[in-house]
Amino acid sequence: MLLLALDTATPAVTAALHDGTAVVASSSQVDARRHGELLLPAVDRVLAEAGTRLDAVTGIVVGIGPGPYTGLRVGLMTADTFGLALGVPVHGLCTLDALAYASDFDAPFVVATDARRKEVYWARYADSRTRVTEPAVDRPADIADEVAGLPAVGAGALLYPDTFPRAHEPEHVSASALASLAAEKLAAGEELPAPRPLYLRRPDAQVPKNYKVVTPK
Amino acid sequence: MADSRDEPLVLGIETSCDETGVGIVRGTTLLADAVASSVDEHARFGGVVPEVASRAHLEAMVPTIQRALKDAGVSAKDLDGIAVTAGPGLAGALLVGVSAAKAYAYALGKPLYGVNHLASHICVDQLEHGPLPEPTMALLVSGGHSSLLLSTDITSDVKPLGATIDDAAGEAFDKIARVLNLGFPGGPVIDRYAREGDPDAIAFPRGLTGPRDPAYDFSFSGLKTAVARWIEAKRAAGEEVPVRDVSASFQEAVVDVLTRKAVRACKDQGVDHLMIGGGVAANSRLRALAQERCEAAGIRLRVPRPKLCTDNGAMVAALGAEMVARNRAASDWDLSADSSLPVTDPHVPGHHHDHVHEVSKENLYS
Ligand SMILES: [Zn+2]
Repeated sequence: MLLLALDTATPAVTAALHDGTAVVASSSQVDARRHGELLLPAVDRVLAEAGTRLDAVTGIVVGIGPGPYTGLRVGLMTADTFGLALGVPVHGLCTLDALAYASDFDAPFVVATDARRKEVYWARYADSRTRVTEPAVDRPADIADEVAGLPAVGAGALLYPDTFPRAHEPEHVSASALASLAAEKLAAGEELPAPRPLYLRRPDAQVPKNYKVVTPK
Repeated sequence: MADSRDEPLVLGIETSCDETGVGIVRGTTLLADAVASSVDEHARFGGVVPEVASRAHLEAMVPTIQRALKDAGVSAKDLDGIAVTAGPGLAGALLVGVSAAKAYAYALGKPLYGVNHLASHICVDQLEHGPLPEPTMALLVSGGHSSLLLSTDITSDVKPLGATIDDAAGEAFDKIARVLNLGFPGGPVIDRYAREGDPDAIAFPRGLTGPRDPAYDFSFSGLKTAVARWIEAKRAAGEEVPVRDVSASFQEAVVDVLTRKAVRACKDQGVDHLMIGGGVAANSRLRALAQERCEAAGIRLRVPRPKLCTDNGAMVAALGAEMVARNRAASDWDLSADSSLPVTDPHVPGHHHDHVHEVSKENLYS
């Protein structure tokens, strides 16, 4: 087995290869504005580092967010198209779950990433492998009661210390964690989610106001 | 001419606006033109909503690629290259197509060509009328653009002669349709009403046609305001608005200026043919009046069939095939979407390639 993992749901552009036993190569760069430019070269780099080629990959796992949409779609579109060209399965995995997995907590905690517009994407976990709430997007102040007293990881937690006074690293998701979690779940016979985006917000679309009268009064 | 199978087989991806287009061409022969449109999702907003378009591109991409391959009856491994619209267009929408094209080209081990949307609109005519004459005069008219372009080589040299200084022609159609409560998009519905109306019923202004105005620039904002005022005056007087006559007279004002300036550009530059492309080139009155005026001026008119005028992947593939045929440098894997890619850049060559060697025209397709 050779699993290629990608995630572009957070400011991190990250790719990793997992051979079923361990991560054999990985790359992470943090640049929220250049997901589109950085991802393919990153994939190329991890393949070269592992001394292999894309056609040796037997499966793909991609972070499905939640995350700011434009960047999120880069990873999903890349994974979808690789899957089409290679004829291999493409799996999705919640980006927050990969951050939780990397945290190594064995007690309840929260994962929160930056959703911009003064909001966070977040979910609560019983331990690093067990999510107990659906991913949601909220203003930090509005969820203060629900996360009170819990440690938290992710850039969203680090950004809002009033709501998350016990914020920890990791700040960003890594494809290594995504790959390891996916490999663990696949080995256990678990079904992974479809590679479809978790937007959690409706598109911003203002219905144009009544046509503007141009005749001077 | 050699066996057509020696010509480049290229798949093109277009996502600059609301159409997810995947086309496949062999040289100047169209093999597939698969398009998935999200236009219905935008209708209730009265215009294209970028985020709605981007979401739709992600969902439609893989099935549209599969459909194009099936329609063309070719295998992906036989492709000579993957072309994609790198710009101009909606940034988020472009990025979906560029991501797909890069992943597809990389996975298949094929060269990637990031190309210009406007040059593609011109190059598509090769699929209809054969190789473009050089130079080519092109009038590009769509919801986003109204430009006069002169190209001596569609892969390397596109010069803008003039462009709209305010609204694009297609935008004016959409806005007038909204004032008339005809829905979105406005082009096809105004064309339909106009056929039953009198183009001379109302004398609407022709923008930038005065003797001291720039010869090749366009302006449709004043026309739009004049039409809206005329309609409001009717409504204020409690009279019924003659939708057919308004549509016909407005449309006539737009296509009169477009064709007049395009024919003048051909004459001034000594170019004896005119290519018209872009979504508004599907307008029946524009096609008819251009034909009439070109004939009178001894200019040969080339307008692709309407489906090739609107945004599609075949036009991107057509330009990609030309890039391959003329040995243009492929793009790099870090190709980015450029929402304001200048019209003067027909494609986005990589930085790590050797200098492009000019190929003599005799070598093309031979
Ligand atoms: Zn267009």
